[in-house]
Amino acid sequence: MLKTFRIGGIHPPENKLSAGQAIRKIELPAQVVIPLSQHLGAPAKAIVAKGDEVKVGTLLAEANGFVSASISSPVSGKITKIDTVIDSSGYAKPAIFIEVIGDEWLPEIDRSSDLKRECTLSSNEILEKIKAAGLVGMGGAAFPTHVKLVPPPDFKAEILIINGVECEPYLTADHQLMLEKSEEILVGVTLLMKVLNVTQAVIGIEANKPDAIKLLTEKATAYPGIQIQGLKMCYPQGGEKQLIEAITGKQVAPGTLPISTGAVVQNISTAFAVYEAVQKNKPLIERVITVTGKDIVTPSNLLVRLGTPMRALLEACGGIPPNIGKLIAGGPMMGRSLTNFDTPITKGSSGILAFNETESLRQPIENCIRCAKCIGVCPIGLEPYLISIVADQNDWEELERLHVMECIECGCCQFTCPAHRPLLDFCRLGKSKVGALLRQRAAKK
Amino acid sequence: MNECIIAIACLGGIGLILAVILYFVSKKFAVEADSRIDEIAEILPKANCGGCGYPGCKGFAEACVKANSLVGKNCPVGGASTMAKVAQILGLEASDVKPQIAVVRCQGDCTHRTRTNHYDGAKKCALASDIYGGETDCSYGCLGYGDCVEACLFDAISIDPSTLLPIVDETRCTSCGACVKACPKQLIELRPKGPESRRIYVSCINKDKGPVARKACNVACIGCGICVKKCSFDAITVANHLAYIDPEKCTLCHECVEACPQHSIVALHFSNSTELC
Amino acid sequence: MLHISSSPHIHSGDSISRNMYGVLIALCPALLVGFATFGLGALIVTATSISCCLLFEWLLVKYLFKSQKQTLGDGSALLTGVLLAMNLPSNLPMWIIILGSLFAIAVVKMSFGGLGCNLFNPALAARVFLLISFPVQMTSWPKPLQLTQYVDAETGATPLALMKAAAKGGDMEGMLAQTKHIWDYFLGFNMGGSMGEASALALLIGLVYLLWRRIITWHIPVSIFVGAAGFSGILHIMAPNTYASPLMHLFTGGLMLGAIFMATDYVTSPMTHKGQLIYGVMIGFLTILIRSFGAYPEGVSFAILIMNAFTPLINMYCKPKRFGSQEAAKV
Repeated sequence: MLKTFRIGGIHPPENKLSAGQAIRKIELPAQVVIPLSQHLGAPAKAIVAKGDEVKVGTLLAEANGFVSASISSPVSGKITKIDTVIDSSGYAKPAIFIEVIGDEWLPEIDRSSDLKRECTLSSNEILEKIKAAGLVGMGGAAFPTHVKLVPPPDFKAEILIINGVECEPYLTADHQLMLEKSEEILVGVTLLMKVLNVTQAVIGIEANKPDAIKLLTEKATAYPGIQIQGLKMCYPQGGEKQLIEAITGKQVAPGTLPISTGAVVQNISTAFAVYEAVQKNKPLIERVITVTGKDIVTPSNLLVRLGTPMRALLEACGGIPPNIGKLIAGGPMMGRSLTNFDTPITKGSSGILAFNETESLRQPIENCIRCAKCIGVCPIGLEPYLISIVADQNDWEELERLHVMECIECGCCQFTCPAHRPLLDFCRLGKSKVGALLRQRAAKK
Repeated sequence: MNECIIAIACLGGIGLILAVILYFVSKKFAVEADSRIDEIAEILPKANCGGCGYPGCKGFAEACVKANSLVGKNCPVGGASTMAKVAQILGLEASDVKPQIAVVRCQGDCTHRTRTNHYDGAKKCALASDIYGGETDCSYGCLGYGDCVEACLFDAISIDPSTLLPIVDETRCTSCGACVKACPKQLIELRPKGPESRRIYVSCINKDKGPVARKACNVACIGCGICVKKCSFDAITVANHLAYIDPEKCTLCHECVEACPQHSIVALHFSNSTELC
Repeated sequence: MLHISSSPHIHSGDSISRNMYGVLIALCPALLVGFATFGLGALIVTATSISCCLLFEWLLVKYLFKSQKQTLGDGSALLTGVLLAMNLPSNLPMWIIILGSLFAIAVVKMSFGGLGCNLFNPALAARVFLLISFPVQMTSWPKPLQLTQYVDAETGATPLALMKAAAKGGDMEGMLAQTKHIWDYFLGFNMGGSMGEASALALLIGLVYLLWRRIITWHIPVSIFVGAAGFSGILHIMAPNTYASPLMHLFTGGLMLGAIFMATDYVTSPMTHKGQLIYGVMIGFLTILIRSFGAYPEGVSFAILIMNAFTPLINMYCKPKRFGSQEAAKV
């Protein structure tokens, strides 16, 4: 029986143009650019300098603080400079530039593709390996995994939930990974269960992936404690809070961490990366990315080294479409539009989407007609129309009372609004201003 | 006729009784307040703009009465004449505050900065700067959507349609600071108005390295430091590839303006000024 | 050059005009029945109302708001014109219709700020304005099937007028003998009254269409029916000779039109389902109250306008259910 979350949600057209495309590697680029901030939390600190020679897996930057992650080199070559690059945040950030020479890997990395099921390491040792590999949440949020796997003192993990939903239209990377690396993923899940010391794991998969549900259900019989749960097709089924509600029935109380319900959520690609890190000693240096769009010649799922410029991926799929109007990193609901084709792939990049001119432009903004459709689709039960009007008037205290900080920025409101109002834009503005206000208040105390 | 008299008498009687009640109530519940607060509030401009840093004109009046001196208290809208009157009422000395004005530190119009992308979101500076650096390669420059214009209570700032940059109307600017707070790029600064409204400032806040800045905008400050060398009054410092002229030390000698290879330094209201916009 | 904006980058394709034109399509069955029943008069009234509403909106946007962009394309002025026409007797002189359109567009809609800013339903407020300003012309309802008559149509009593007389006099049975069978009111053949009052069936077809297109939800219409049927049911049981039965109330007068097309107007109705249910029940209750005890035979317009005034209050107190609010309450 399919489960789902209770409040709100929309049904955007799926457009899974690259579904069924086997994962393929692309040629290594001539240069990779590694931003030091590829995760939530403090940027990593570079420990290499210009002129250093590196191999695949060499540590480039250390985690800098509690919530941070290390970065390892995805290529072998020479560091040409440590400069800035405009990443998907839209601003120039510090990055390491590496000239690619050959493809030499560190000897300790096991490059074979044999499945390794057994693991004799203790939970702490597994956790250390995850930390050393620089793993972060690969669903897009990029929260450092080793931090998430250690619940804060008063909380206990009771269930591990694996996010195999991929509810964003167009993206198919996770789906393809589930089909091709199902056993490796299940081993990864077992390792995560060991770290968290839980006996129950549920992999949530949306109903539009029946082949993945069938395959994983079959394979999971050999792995104790792992269940597969089909989920109704509804965006944002893959949102952390919505997924927890769908699987456990519990809603995360506002202002509290998801762990307060006893659930820890990890993306399915992260589970695969955990397998590679622990069983194959491979740090996070490459990932599967969907390249898609109606005008892309060959929409594909590519296995790409981190730091590869987007241009290289587009070229591997038939070239940059001549009438391209928008380049989106991620899916169409929450992805960020990019200013240039040389933006590098980072740990959190799940896809590249090319829109043509017609698809790129927004419609003119009209008056709010108070149709309440935004309220009907908001999965958090907020009032987007009111938040946007109040944010436009810069009334930050009122915004706090309207619970703007609980907004998950899913975009359902703006997708639905018949007046084409920039509801999410104002929600985000409100969140950043109210967030600053709250920090100021906390600092005063 | 009788009805008229009765009606007038009734209404008049009710009015009289209510007036008496109101009189006693206003006496009993009167709030003790220093009468000087109301006196000062009367002579203030009553714009309630917050430029003085206090909540409204009444708030400023209260602060003045409570404090022992007027140092640090200035009404930018009323100016020196109003502060002199306030000083008289309180029997204190008015502090000598130089009149200030908002200065927009960007010259990057379309002839200087090339557009590299097209912004299609809602046209508000706060929203655009939240997602990226802007339609050009200079991520510090003015976005031109007019958050500053909306914030100004005095209609003193407007977007010039030919350059899409804000221009300040000197006759109306009260240096209340609303536009400074509204600009998400923080490129508006309150600087002294200067003698005869003459002032010199670096019209750029680009902190990128020189070659990067110059590529993005051909009047960007590249932090070369030539102006520092030319200034005989130590008024200019360069930090993060950006020059800054200290208005307290600047003597308006004009040397830096000619020396700047990028023409980033603007001198306003001189006879042969280098106003570019 | 690439285009930049923040997410989401796709849109459902919905628009204000799609919703407005959807409502117009839903009104077509009732409009056709109206034309078939009242003929030339109905056509003239509708045409005048529509063209005046469009004209006034165009003029105000151009000369008062001084806006470059005209708003006629969104279909809201057209919809106001049609709804206003459906509320008027088909023998109403043209100058009164023009005045009504002017009031609806200029006073009720534009003076508050245009689309989305009005507090009251423009068509209804205009109808009430005309009713109190021109009570004679607005209550002389033409008899049905005078297809080539306009202002000189013969007038007669409507079922509501008869029900009001019964409520005052207490002789319901005698009054009802003068009216038709309940199924005639439902189907709408030879019905007196305004165009919108003619056929309950045609209006219900419109309701089904609106629900299917997801332009409105069931909450407001159903709660109005429940409120009206409930209160009138209680009255009817207490005194069947004074107060008409719930079905009579539902199928006669403007209750059907009001419940489906007027009360469900986005701008003037509450935003949450809970609020909408309260709003609907109160409208039903007030309608029956005015019809049974008030001075006017028809109470829907007043009931809806009164509840429009309460909408902001309802919106303030009926907030949507927040994610995790139950969990938060436990803590």
